[in-house]
Amino acid sequence: MAIRALIIDDSSVMRKIVERSLRQAGIDLSEVFQAGNGAEALGVLKENVVDLILCDINMPVMDGLEFIKQLPSVENAKNVPVVMITTEGSEAHVVQALSCGARGYIRKPFTPEQVKEHVIPVLAGKS
Amino acid sequence: MKTASRLMAANDSHENWIPFIDMAAREVFELMVGCQLTVPESYEEVPLDVTAMVGLAGQLCGVLSVRCTGKAASLMASKMLGVDLDKVGSEVSDALGEVCNMVAGNFKNKISGLSEGCMLSPPTVITGSDYDLHSMADSPALEVRLLFEGTPVQFSLQIHS
Repeated sequence: MAIRALIIDDSSVMRKIVERSLRQAGIDLSEVFQAGNGAEALGVLKENVVDLILCDINMPVMDGLEFIKQLPSVENAKNVPVVMITTEGSEAHVVQALSCGARGYIRKPFTPEQVKEHVIPVLAGKS
Repeated sequence: MKTASRLMAANDSHENWIPFIDMAAREVFELMVGCQLTVPESYEEVPLDVTAMVGLAGQLCGVLSVRCTGKAASLMASKMLGVDLDKVGSEVSDALGEVCNMVAGNFKNKISGLSEGCMLSPPTVITGSDYDLHSMADSPALEVRLLFEGTPVQFSLQIHS
């Protein structure tokens, strides 16, 4: 089944890499939305319905952790699974992200296989 | 995995960290740029006119920088985006900044004490070679020089006390 994804990262190059990695992981994307920070992403979600969110942590204006905290305020997005993709790789960051509501955590640099390993169970509702 | 405090105590010049910078850079290029960095047999002195920098603050304060030629930076962007070299435009700075960010993050994640106690700044990219960089670092920079597709790329960590 094709899904709609939102990719949030302040680097446009990284957003394109994440999209390509999702496709290489065999995930069928019907539509891909992009945002450069958490605040921009909340705006996108107010106007569009998505099935999956991939989100960086360190971003200007609104970082990824604040974005997850505010996600429940968007009615049609509050149950959308979020997978973090970030250079912040410490256990403390992972625990913090998961406690804020993230369903998965991928450290940069990553391979398409790692994206598949973390995203497929989330989409299947197993994580 | 070594801890930051053990490494700092073992060697004030932090030279033990050079292999970690080397490894962090190689992994980023292999996974995200799609090519292997190689060791130069001899290092050709060419102007490295694009510099990306990421600041580190917290348990370790300093700057990690990546320097290369403009052509190499464009080639990195081309490979990261999966587009022809002549299609690359404004993404060059973004790509090199992201490479620097990932090398800095990957480096600190290899040293347990740094992973949690050190924050990264957003990357800054400077183009052109007509500038002097004055760092508050109190020790010589840790440098790794490698080849990316035959052109030099320099990774440098300047540490502040």
